[in-house]
Amino acid sequence: MQFYDKKQTLHFKNVSFVSGFTLAGPKEKQGKLGSTFDLTLEDDKFGEKTFEKAERKMFEYAVSGAIAKANLQPNDIDTIIGGDLLNQIVSVSFAAKKFKSSFLGLYNACGTYVESLIIGSFLTEFFSKNVLCVSGSHFSTAERQYRYPLELGVLRSPVTQWTATGVGASILQRHSDGCPKIVSATVGRVMDYGIMDVNNMGAAMAPAAKDTFTQYFTDTGKKPSDFDMIATGDLGKLGKEILIDLMEREGYDFNNNYIDCGAELFYEKQKTYMGGSGAACSALVTNGWLYNNLKKGNIKNLLLVGTGALMSPTTSFQGESIPAIAHLVEIEMGQKES
Amino acid sequence: MPEKKYKKRYGDGTMKPKTEFSEITIENYKDYVFEKSPRSAHWKNMFWAFLVGGLICAFGQLLIELYIIWGVKAELASSLASATLIALAAIFTGIGVYDKLGRFAGAGSTVPITGFSNAMVAPAIEFRSEGLIYGLGAKMFLIAGPVVVNGVLVSVVVALIRSLFLGVG
Repeated sequence: MQFYDKKQTLHFKNVSFVSGFTLAGPKEKQGKLGSTFDLTLEDDKFGEKTFEKAERKMFEYAVSGAIAKANLQPNDIDTIIGGDLLNQIVSVSFAAKKFKSSFLGLYNACGTYVESLIIGSFLTEFFSKNVLCVSGSHFSTAERQYRYPLELGVLRSPVTQWTATGVGASILQRHSDGCPKIVSATVGRVMDYGIMDVNNMGAAMAPAAKDTFTQYFTDTGKKPSDFDMIATGDLGKLGKEILIDLMEREGYDFNNNYIDCGAELFYEKQKTYMGGSGAACSALVTNGWLYNNLKKGNIKNLLLVGTGALMSPTTSFQGESIPAIAHLVEIEMGQKES
Repeated sequence: MPEKKYKKRYGDGTMKPKTEFSEITIENYKDYVFEKSPRSAHWKNMFWAFLVGGLICAFGQLLIELYIIWGVKAELASSLASATLIALAAIFTGIGVYDKLGRFAGAGSTVPITGFSNAMVAPAIEFRSEGLIYGLGAKMFLIAGPVVVNGVLVSVVVALIRSLFLGVG
C-alpha cells in the first residue's frame, strides 16, 4: 500500500463501524427521527443541577451505551475520541474521567463527529482494535455560550438553526464482518467566504462542504449518483439549498439523493426555522437512522460530510467573518473480503 | 412564520434567487446568500410588537390610574406602576413565559421597562449555577449593562449640549 500521495482523500481497508448509540433530548424525541434514538430524555436537565452536568452525563451514558451495544467491556476500548461545543471541550473531557481508555479531545464545531471518525479510522487501520468516537451538544449550554440566556425574550432570525441536544457514539473496530465499513475519508480545508451573520451558519459552511465534496469527487473519479445517499451534518434548509446550487455550478447533481441531517431532525411546527445544528446533529442521525439503514442494507454506500463553523463569540464581536470546515467519510456496507 | 409559506420556499429545491447567478464566487457569494435567504416577516413582526408593546404600556397606565384611585400621589403612582411592571416581568421571566412572549413580540416586549427587567433576570437565572458572586453578580448586567452605560453617556452628552446653548441651571 502506498502511504503517501498528494491527495486529500485517504483510503482505509480495515475499519468496521460496529455499533452506534444515540441519546437525544426531549425536543429531538418529538422530531421526525424521534423513534430512531436508543435513549431519549424526558427532561433536558437529566436529573442534574446544571445543564453542563447534564451534558456530561449524556456523554457518559452514550459511551457506555455504545460499548454495551457492541457487546464489549469498557476495558476493550483502546481510545475514546470526541468533542463537544463547550469552551475547552469540557463535557467530553469530564465524561472521559469515568473510563480507563486513552482519550483524544477534538474540536471542529459541528464537524467534530466526522473528524472523530476520521481520526478513529487512522487509529483502527494501523494500531488499535476498538476505538470509540463520540460527539454531542446540548441546546441550553450552547445557547448561553454562543447567544443569549435562555429566558431572554428575543426575536429569532428566520435563518437561525436550533442546536440539537444529544450525543452520538460509534465504535470502530478492526476487521469485523457484517458491519458497515469506513472506506475513505477526505480531510477538509478551512474556507471563509466572508459571511458575517452568526445566525446564518448554513451559508457560512456551504462553501466548505462544496470544497470537500469537489475534492473527493476529483480524487476518486466518482459521481454523486454512485451513492445511495449523501448526507451533510448541519447545513440546515438554507445551507442545503445553497450547497445544491453550488454543486450544480461545479457540474454535480445533488437533487436526488442528498439529505441534510440538521434539516431532517425536526418538524416545521417545532419552530426551529432552518432545522437542527450542533455537534450532536450528524452524530444523532448517523448513529441512529443512517446506521440502521446501512445495517439493513437499505443504504449500500453513504457519503457523510460533517460541517463546522469555526468562529467564537469573541471573533464575531471583533468583526471577523466565519471560517468553516467540512470533513468527509465514505461508509459502505461491508462485503466479505475475497 | 407560517408553515405553508415556508414549504413553498424550502425543501423541494425549487427556490431560486431573483438574479440569475451563473457563477458563484467568493466575491458575489454574499449577494447570492442575501437574495437566497428568507426575509424576516416585517409586517407581522411590527404588528405583534405594536400590539404587545401597546398592551404593556396600556396596562402600565391602568396601574397608574388604579394607584391614584387608591389614594397614591400622582408622581408616586407612576413610580409604583413601573416597579409593579418590573416585578411582574421578573416573575414571568422566572416561570418561563416572558421568553415565549419575546419570540413573537420582539421589540414590543423588549423596549418597555418590562424588557429591561427581563434582560436582568434572565442572565441572573442562567448564571446562578456559577455562584452568587462570579455568576449572578458578575453576569446580571450582561445584556442590560450596555443599555445603562449608553443611557448614562447619552444623557451626559445631551446635558452638555443643553448647557452650551441654554447655560447651566
